[in-house]
Amino acid sequence: MTELYPKEVIKHFKNPKNVGVIKNADGVGKVGNIVCGDVMWLYIKVKRDKGGEERISDVKFQTFGCIVAIAVSSMLTEIVKNKTIEEAIKITKEDILKRAGKLPPIKIHCSVLAADALHEAIYDYFKKNNRKIPEELEREHKRIKYDLEILTKRHKEYVALEKNILEK
Amino acid sequence: MRRIYLDHAATTPVDKRVLKAMLPYFSEKFGNASSLHSFGREANEAIEKAREKIASLINAQKEEIYFTSGGTESNNLAIKGVAFANRERGKHIITSKIEHHAVLNVCEWLEKQGFEITYLPVDKYGFIELDKLEKAIRKDTILVSIMHANNEIGTIEPIEEIGKICRKKGVYFHTDAVQSVGKIPVDVEKMNVDLLSISSHKIYGPKGVGALYVRDGVKIETIQHGGGHEKGLRSGTENVAGIVGFGEACYLAGKEMKREILKQTKLRDYLIKNVLKIKYSRLNGHPIKRLPNNANFCFKFIEGESLVFQLDTRGIAASTGSACSSKSLEPSHVLTAIGLKPHEAHGSLRLTLGKENTKKEIDYVIKVLPEIVENLRKISPFKGKWE
Ligand SMILES: Cc1ncc(COP(=O)(O)O)c(C=O)c1O
Ligand code: FES
Repeated sequence: MTELYPKEVIKHFKNPKNVGVIKNADGVGKVGNIVCGDVMWLYIKVKRDKGGEERISDVKFQTFGCIVAIAVSSMLTEIVKNKTIEEAIKITKEDILKRAGKLPPIKIHCSVLAADALHEAIYDYFKKNNRKIPEELEREHKRIKYDLEILTKRHKEYVALEKNILEK
Repeated sequence: MRRIYLDHAATTPVDKRVLKAMLPYFSEKFGNASSLHSFGREANEAIEKAREKIASLINAQKEEIYFTSGGTESNNLAIKGVAFANRERGKHIITSKIEHHAVLNVCEWLEKQGFEITYLPVDKYGFIELDKLEKAIRKDTILVSIMHANNEIGTIEPIEEIGKICRKKGVYFHTDAVQSVGKIPVDVEKMNVDLLSISSHKIYGPKGVGALYVRDGVKIETIQHGGGHEKGLRSGTENVAGIVGFGEACYLAGKEMKREILKQTKLRDYLIKNVLKIKYSRLNGHPIKRLPNNANFCFKFIEGESLVFQLDTRGIAASTGSACSSKSLEPSHVLTAIGLKPHEAHGSLRLTLGKENTKKEIDYVIKVLPEIVENLRKISPFKGKWE
């Protein structure tokens, strides 16, 4: 089965980095839904460095999904660790895809999720600190919410169930 | 690394005795069964001997067996062949929601050709409900196609009763018996079936060969035109070596069936009992009325492709009905039909035993599987969050 996916994906899947929860996270991004399968939760801790810049000092993830979803989550945490917030906002799904290597087309959506989780976590960080949200982040946030809404409409009963789970 | 094959519902290894029977039919006895000379007669005799072996396994007449390229073709021929031959009588066909795609997709295609299809639901174990079937049969119903045993969850349908209902109502009855023939007793007389599909590679025979049983007198049309082989129902020079192997596989399956049922049922139940000790796990299908070699589980909070991969790295070959591992990103239609929610079907695992599996191998699986499930749950955000 190792032939199905790039080496880098297999490496991360077998030995995922930064799995878990950050208890007092400064930002949390929760994306995906259990109807389609992939769900990713990303936690970030932000600190100011000596130069006064905000940096992601710690990051952890939890993922419910396939090999690619888990591997890409792990890769993302490695990519963003120690990046400034400004740099992290600019990370795109293409950056993550590049890192993952050549994926079967059907698996590309799993890697999109990782970029979404990151942007949502930063969005949450800004929100919590009552900061002005950069335009691009606001746009991303709206799109992610919109996608979810469409899904919600399509799978009403399951989404209600998911809500139930998440509120526990 | 030791390798343990637990995916016998997908395919099986060719039995060494089967291979031995086949070998002469490649270079030595290579004749075309249609030829009049001795080479041809030799091939023809071998085919007819194989036909007898297959007929005898399912209590049919030799003349009612037609060779095909496998289960998929047999299903296509049965359903399309009966549909087109009987369309003057009606355009309604009944099947179930848990059929193999080699039945479902044929029916969907027929819908586009103007036929009407009823897809019967199943209960939580995967059983067809007989009263629903009886109610679904109309004046213009020409065919009922319901599988004997399900390839994912192993559920064995009440085929005799279904056959009785069809007989009473005067509609043809086809069953996809690809997963059951050779594993459990199949008797076309007792079961009241008119057409029955078989595949060789599921019973330790070679791939790419199978058969369709067609009861004498059933009105059916060919879907493959050509030189008129198989009494005009299935043209194409016969796959002689394949057919010989298929015949031998059927003979061996019949001879060893009792022993294998006992042995595999015992191993299966041992496996199920121990796997269900894993927290948040369940068995899919019926606890008893299932194929002797089938076990199908769900593990909550994790995804099946990840699980199958981890098992593979430990040498265990298994399969899953998770959406992530399907080409359409849809969860298994069988698991959905028995009432599983998509996220539950996500964590499904199918283990199907074969005659070469040992208790030692199952013990290894029982040891490794809980560790893998636990490790994947550590990554999941949902651990313990749904019941
Ligand atoms: C129930 C059932 N029907 C049909 C088939 C198709 O058989 P074949 O692979 O011989 O075309 C399979 C095998 O996957 C099966 O399990
Ligand atoms: S998480 Fe379902 S395909 Fe990747």
